[in-house]
Amino acid sequence: MKLAFTREEEAFRDEVREFFATALTDELRQAGRLMTSVYSDKDVALAWQKILLEKGWLVPSWPQEHGGTGWSLTQRYIFACERARARPPALSPMGLSMLGPALLGHGTQAQKDHYLPRILSGEDFWCQGYSEPQAGSDLAALQCHAVRDGEYYVLNGTKIWTTHAHYANRMFCLVRTGRFERPQQGVSFLLVNMEDPGVRCEPIRFVSGCATQCTVYFDNVRVPVTEIVGKENEGWTVTKYLLEFERGGGAAAPGLLEAIGNARDLLAALPEADRAAPARRLNDLEVQVHSLELTELRTLAETERTGSPGPASSMLKIQGSELSQAISEVAVELVSLYGMPFQPDAYRLGSNVAPIGPQEAVTAVPFYLNNRAASIYAGSNEIQRNIISKAVLGL
Amino acid sequence: MALVLNEDQALIKDTAREFCASRAPVSQLRKLRDERDPLGYDPETWKQMAELGWAGIVISEAHGGTAFGWMALGSVLEEQGRQLTASPLFATAVLGGSAIMLAGSEAQQAELLSQIAAGELTLALALEESPLHSPFGSALAAEKQGEEWVLRGSKQFVLDGHSADRLVVVARTSGSAGDREGLSLFLVPGDAKGVTRTRTIMVDSRNAAHVEFDAVTVGADSLLGKVDQGADVLEPLLDRARVCMAAEMLGTMDEAFERTLAYLRERKQFGVVIGSFQALKHRAADMFTEIELARSTVLDALSALDEDREDVPMLAALAKAKVGEALHTVSLEALQMHGGVGMTDEFDIGLFLKRARVQEQAFGGRAFQRERYATLAGF
Ligand SMILES: Cc1cc2nc3c(=O)[nH]c(=O)nc-3n(C[C@H](O)[C@H](O)[C@H](O)COP(=O)(O)OP(=O)(O)OC[C@H]3O[C@@H](n4cnc5c(N)ncnc54)[C@H](O)[C@@H]3O)c2cc1C
Repeated sequence: MKLAFTREEEAFRDEVREFFATALTDELRQAGRLMTSVYSDKDVALAWQKILLEKGWLVPSWPQEHGGTGWSLTQRYIFACERARARPPALSPMGLSMLGPALLGHGTQAQKDHYLPRILSGEDFWCQGYSEPQAGSDLAALQCHAVRDGEYYVLNGTKIWTTHAHYANRMFCLVRTGRFERPQQGVSFLLVNMEDPGVRCEPIRFVSGCATQCTVYFDNVRVPVTEIVGKENEGWTVTKYLLEFERGGGAAAPGLLEAIGNARDLLAALPEADRAAPARRLNDLEVQVHSLELTELRTLAETERTGSPGPASSMLKIQGSELSQAISEVAVELVSLYGMPFQPDAYRLGSNVAPIGPQEAVTAVPFYLNNRAASIYAGSNEIQRNIISKAVLGL
Repeated sequence: MALVLNEDQALIKDTAREFCASRAPVSQLRKLRDERDPLGYDPETWKQMAELGWAGIVISEAHGGTAFGWMALGSVLEEQGRQLTASPLFATAVLGGSAIMLAGSEAQQAELLSQIAAGELTLALALEESPLHSPFGSALAAEKQGEEWVLRGSKQFVLDGHSADRLVVVARTSGSAGDREGLSLFLVPGDAKGVTRTRTIMVDSRNAAHVEFDAVTVGADSLLGKVDQGADVLEPLLDRARVCMAAEMLGTMDEAFERTLAYLRERKQFGVVIGSFQALKHRAADMFTEIELARSTVLDALSALDEDREDVPMLAALAKAKVGEALHTVSLEALQMHGGVGMTDEFDIGLFLKRARVQEQAFGGRAFQRERYATLAGF
């Protein structure tokens, strides 16, 4: 979007652009380009995190006393746009964008003092343990349970689809601590040490061939009672707060516009006669993404005022995920058969296996496949539509 | 127009369904994939398929086939599509076999068709040289030297080309890439001197080879049909390929849909089966409708081949476009409705999505087919 920037804002944009140009090492740049999902590997994510931390730009939206930047809305937006242009690897969001804000909102002083610096430094690498085999969309049906035993909770049960659990030394999770009339009651928000001997973790191979999610088994895991966030049996309040942040409140549009731009580059490789249909499709998508961008900016402004994006974040989650899927689908059509060979060695970081077809085609299909999950995770898009119709529209 | 199967065809379809489900199910493809099987299909299963008469199903009885026709072959391919069965049937019977039936001399037909029917000879069509389907895009050159032909160039994405006994090579004998005129077809042994085949494993765990021809010399008897007139063979050949691929896709789609319905009936959330949510029910009803529309186009296209109708090219484009559209939607919806488990390799449904993406591109994607349909319809 062409916002009319002030002179200061333009200077800020140049500063950010310059930072990305110099701070990203060749290896990190390559890691960003070879991403096949929204996640990067741990070492890459942490290397980039360290650079951002040193610069003081790791968590722009946190309060300044905890490491935030104090940027204006426009500055944050500029940062998001420049980041999209630079295509760095992804930061692991579980600590920085989920648990961090949750602790800031609901943690004790001791928890903030202990955990926030460790999230920033990467010393703690977090995963999110909500879903269970029988509790996906119906999260409140969760069965993992914690029983109080003196100064500990004893935890048993199974979590599934836990992103980065095999990398993480910590998990924030939802467990049942009581039975009440409403299933949302009696749930607590616990911080678990993944290095406890009762924790077992099994990676799950996905359709794309990647294994980023895990099944996690708890067998009498002992968690000190001080490791609860919010009150016992009232973990749902923390969760709802956090989910709204997970679903929207970010800025997806700059990345989507960048992805459309990359797809336009692929167009150029096609014979003239084959360009019209995908070009038109990309134009349609750009109109929609631009509309989303303005809506994201509006939501950010609202959030600054009210503190939380509210149920409208569901709308952003649906749009962001479905547009991203649509763009990656056009990309797959554009690379056509060059996208179809299964060649994981050609997109492994640091590998020098030459791909079949051009380099840009190598990640198109694995990304597309992994990206099908965007309408499933963080609350499926069906669930988001239910939320809008109920919580926003009162139907 | 025969839009329903006759008794013979129905029997063949039932047999194929039973055979593929028990002898060549999805788990067989997984096994071939996980064991990195060098052939990419199970030769024993292929032998049994030939014994059932599938390899010669469109070949005349005089040449050792059963001549049950395209409707029957389509039914078999549909059942293979349902189980994602990897076999040389498509490349051999539909592609290679058609080339020989359409263009082969009496001697070539006499020699080769009975071998195909017996399951003793596998073939592949070496056509594409770019990632986009291009019927007349061949640049690979065939040059006449005395009584022999010398082939130079390369082919990409040759379906089952790494293992085929012989390759039907589309070569240029005059003109330049893109011209309809000037194409010629040659039969080249897969292990001929100068042929280098590199196997490519595709995202659907099937094979499509890269083949280099470095001054490959073949005799005059390797020419299939007339010099420079290859397009007259290639066009009906590709129409058959499109119809048959559409038939296979129909099976893939049916199965993905049925598995999804079963999951909707079984998976519980919020205390009820997810199939009770209207948001999913309506989408299932829409899919059902699209599948039925697609089925009609496939059946008519197959019967048009059996009846040798003039509208074969248009129906081939129609069927491939329509099935492509429907399968696209169904394969994505199937994954979405399975939630997290749909994303896993362990669950089969993702294999259907991957297969669907490759099928969709074979012999022209949806846009190609719509364009071709419109052109043939005179727009
Ligand atoms: C890549 C990926 C990463 C993930 N990361 C994490 C993580 O880090 N931590 C974590 O806890 N979880 C994670 N998840 C899990 C994710 O949140 C769940 O997969 C999701 O909530 C859906 O649950 P489910 O898979 O059990 O599907 P189900 O709930 O069984 O849903 C199956 C289908 O039914 C539909 N459906 C369900 N209920 C309704 C309804 N009421 N109305 C209409 N349709 C309905 C769904 O939308 C879906 O299409 C991840 C998942 C994926 C795929």
